[in-house]
Amino acid sequence: MTALTNQPQKPEATAGLPMRPSLPWGTWGVRTVALTYLTVLLIIPILVILQDGLREGLGGLWHQVTLPIAWHALKLTLWTSALMTLVNTIMGGLTAYVLVRYSFPWKMLLNSLVDLPLAIPTLVTGLMMVVLLGPQEAVGSWLKENLGLSIIFAPPGIILALLFITFPFVVRAVQPVLLNLERAQEDAAATLGAGGWTIFRRITLPPLVLPLASGALLSFARAIGEFGAIVIVAGNIPLYSQTAAVYVLGEVESENRLGASAVSIVMIAIALSLVLFVDWLQSRSRRSG
Amino acid sequence: MNGSLSVKDRIKLSRPRSAVGVLAGWLLIGVVSLYVALLILAPIMSLVVGAFEEGLGGVLRALNQPDVLAAFWRTIWISVLVVAVHAVFGTIVAWVFVRDRFRGKGLINGLVDIPFAVSPVVVGYMLLLLFGRNGLFAPVLSALNIRVAFALPGMILATLFVTLPFMIRELVPVLENFGTLQEQAAATLGASGWLTFWKVTFPALRHGFIYGLTLTFARSLGEFGAVLVIGGGIQGKTETATLYIYRALEERQYISAYSVALLLGLFSLLLVMGTDLLKKRN
Repeated sequence: MTALTNQPQKPEATAGLPMRPSLPWGTWGVRTVALTYLTVLLIIPILVILQDGLREGLGGLWHQVTLPIAWHALKLTLWTSALMTLVNTIMGGLTAYVLVRYSFPWKMLLNSLVDLPLAIPTLVTGLMMVVLLGPQEAVGSWLKENLGLSIIFAPPGIILALLFITFPFVVRAVQPVLLNLERAQEDAAATLGAGGWTIFRRITLPPLVLPLASGALLSFARAIGEFGAIVIVAGNIPLYSQTAAVYVLGEVESENRLGASAVSIVMIAIALSLVLFVDWLQSRSRRSG
Repeated sequence: MNGSLSVKDRIKLSRPRSAVGVLAGWLLIGVVSLYVALLILAPIMSLVVGAFEEGLGGVLRALNQPDVLAAFWRTIWISVLVVAVHAVFGTIVAWVFVRDRFRGKGLINGLVDIPFAVSPVVVGYMLLLLFGRNGLFAPVLSALNIRVAFALPGMILATLFVTLPFMIRELVPVLENFGTLQEQAAATLGASGWLTFWKVTFPALRHGFIYGLTLTFARSLGEFGAVLVIGGGIQGKTETATLYIYRALEERQYISAYSVALLLGLFSLLLVMGTDLLKKRN
């Protein structure tokens, strides 16, 4: 990198100068290209599925969504995602806390393991779970015979796969905030005689609520649409272990367009509103300092 | 906050570590380590063990099948194309988000996150609604004799949709930090728009650009749901590496499935880890 490019400029430094496009073809051309690209790739597909799902009105959409198999698939998706989010928030928060506040020999290793799920294709994740816990595998058959637990081809497998995939979300949301937290306040509270639990609850936890919530909501939104891992681990039995995404695939294959579109719209609505809500939370916290 | 305190003072001030506190700390470390070992490490190890059940020879035999090689080439080909398109258009979109001002920009900025929220199956299905047999564009496509659904163009479009945010989300903060002062200096010295972009703006974006590209590439390699729905996973025609794994599982060719999964996982892992290393060095 040249010395020229090394100093980041504060926005104020350029405020008085006229804006000059740094790409050729002028601002208008660039703007048109960017907006066309986003419209073709994002907006047209979304509009088409909305139009398709609402072609018999909201009543038609509702009818498709409340058909027993579709309704069960949506409920299964929501409760497994919610349970995963609960576990992930607690364990992700604890992992971030341990990584920031303690030092131990395998800390570097633990820290790099956190990012692994982001790099592994989710289909491969599903496969890993089946190889480890499948009914014909050593660990899986042991659990089945001794504890009567079936994990793979059942809802617990869905939750485990989702936990694997979303593990980095909470950890990586909490970690930087915790790192920036001044320990002086905790020390002051301790000096004043507060116990460990009181310090955690009154001093450490409050600034972590927002990052915990962001990480949790993003995990949940991500889980709603997950397909690759689930289609392998869940067994996809209707009214038992078939999630919404797998249901949509089935309806597409059997050419039930209205059903597929209706359930798709519900999934998009839930996940998108969560993602936009997190965007809003984060931009608000940035603005307030 | 405590700039006047020496390190020694800080240590003295900080809360004394009682035996109970130390024990609780180790308990916490143990619980978290066990959780990560069981949730993340154990499944990965079991895949490695599963793939090598018949030794290295079994893995190599599995990877050396014509179907597997073709599937890998198709995956790489699609990913390279997707990366190339996002490299150009992602940069333009990021530039517009940072430098341009127009009404509704905030709303469009939020829309870029749509792909994070849409299930891959739904992405494939949306493209079927557009390009499928009864799709919106079906008359045009059949008149021009172009196949998009159940062919590579549809799979490329699906992968483009899924990977859209990566490049833009990497470049926007870099571009925001860079500011416009140096570009203005270059322009004052008589550099043209292109020259300024290549010699001033692009070098500053270079690292963000590389991260964006690797993340896009890694995500493209692993895409499954969207290419399954729009591509159909036709053996020898639209079968990518992930789709091959899916078929091999259904046909109970476990060693093949595990070996391809292992190679694919390893490949995207190296990409992402390499990027992380690059990021830490800077």
